[in-house]
Amino acid sequence: MIRVVLPFHLRTLARVDGEVQLEVGSPATLGSVLDALEARYPVLRGTIRDHVTQRRRPFVRFFACKDDLSHEPPETKLPDEVATGAEPFLIVGAMAGG
Amino acid sequence: MSKVRVLVGTKKGAFILTADGKRQNWEVSGPHFPGWEMYHLKGSPVDPNRIYASQTSGWFGQVIQRSDDGGKTWQMPGGEPTPTPGEMPKGESNKFVYAGEAGTHKWYDGTQHPWEFKRVWHLEPSLTDPDTVYAGVEDAAIFKTADGGKTWQELSGLRAAKGHLWQPGAGGMCLHTILLDPRDVNRIYIAISAAGAFRTDDGGKTWRPINRGLKSPYELPDPDAEVGHCVHRIAMHSSRPDVLFMQKHWDVLRTDNAGEQWTEVSGNLPSDFGFPIDVHAHEPETIYVVPIKSDSEHFPPDGKLRVYRSRTGGNEWEALTKGLPQKDCYVNVLRDAMAVDSLESCGVYFGTTGGQVYASANSGDIWNPIVRDLPAVLSVEVQTLP
Repeated sequence: MIRVVLPFHLRTLARVDGEVQLEVGSPATLGSVLDALEARYPVLRGTIRDHVTQRRRPFVRFFACKDDLSHEPPETKLPDEVATGAEPFLIVGAMAGG
Repeated sequence: MSKVRVLVGTKKGAFILTADGKRQNWEVSGPHFPGWEMYHLKGSPVDPNRIYASQTSGWFGQVIQRSDDGGKTWQMPGGEPTPTPGEMPKGESNKFVYAGEAGTHKWYDGTQHPWEFKRVWHLEPSLTDPDTVYAGVEDAAIFKTADGGKTWQELSGLRAAKGHLWQPGAGGMCLHTILLDPRDVNRIYIAISAAGAFRTDDGGKTWRPINRGLKSPYELPDPDAEVGHCVHRIAMHSSRPDVLFMQKHWDVLRTDNAGEQWTEVSGNLPSDFGFPIDVHAHEPETIYVVPIKSDSEHFPPDGKLRVYRSRTGGNEWEALTKGLPQKDCYVNVLRDAMAVDSLESCGVYFGTTGGQVYASANSGDIWNPIVRDLPAVLSVEVQTLP
């Protein structure tokens, strides 16, 4: 079970409170977590990654165990602490005012 | 008794304002989608409880919302949280992908720049089918849905109309106006900043510029260019779809032949720069604009917020000031932020970048604020309900 923390506006869109819990096959990667998240919540498609290119939107960032994974490729394996649910995977809106 | 529902899009959410036909006591609902930029909301003329909304964010991109109960509840079309087991999830209501090779357009410095989708500026529901809607987007293009907003397809013939020569205005290269001809389902007018006005006569397959008579001596090397003009808004009265009124960057104009030729009708306006323009619901020659000082100073001349009305289709204008601030007012009124209702005594509405929404229940003679302290208003639409 992987725990995902969404930013406020994406929680609102997905109509969830608090963390999202996802079943992801092993090994859990950056891409497989996002795939599972979008499969569970189709409203989030296009809000985190571009529909066509699958590239991360510029003002979205990915954190795990205090590391910034925003620029890592989708096949990047997530830390064991995240894969086991001990630590959450964070999807964050970049600090850019607003 | 009839009533009105005013749909307000702001920089930080949407608001729905309702009143009975007297338009004196208002109920305010919102913010809907708090924190999001709500560029536009518009109801279906066929089913007024069907409302479409453009929700957008610099962080999370474009979202399309739809209400089937007059704005009480909303959903993303096709984005249900639990797809049928075994089926691929859809969630494509926010998928706006240019058809074929997107190509390039002119950039601010005259170089070519790739076409990139940014947001939906305007939603225009069909006059006959509640599931069909046109969307005007930035970078400028027109999309259409025929399934209630679940999927969108570009009418790419528009960008074939010299799209490589279009360029962004200060607000971006946006397709902000879509006018559907009530006589002819195949005729659609659109306007783009900064490309100009265009018309299709075959339901959107092919388009051509309709900018003859527009002059832009300060913005274009060729002031009479076929495309490149910064049209801010065009408006039509449904009884005369060949007559259009235009607020350009500078100049107010009209055409009496579906855009084949435009004539300036700025007349005695204190400034002919501005953004919105609209037509009275029952008097096709009565039109409204809000003069703004200049392209460099986006606020009313002399700090006086004045709507100007012409009862002669232009050239002769009168200032409407009763109830509007006449000193120290430095707000703007954006291009999609004016609308009229169709009650017997025509109501006129507009919103400001200062967060006020003003209403007049008597064709503009006297104004009252419905609300004063919303976020900056991006769009105002009105529904007249039985």
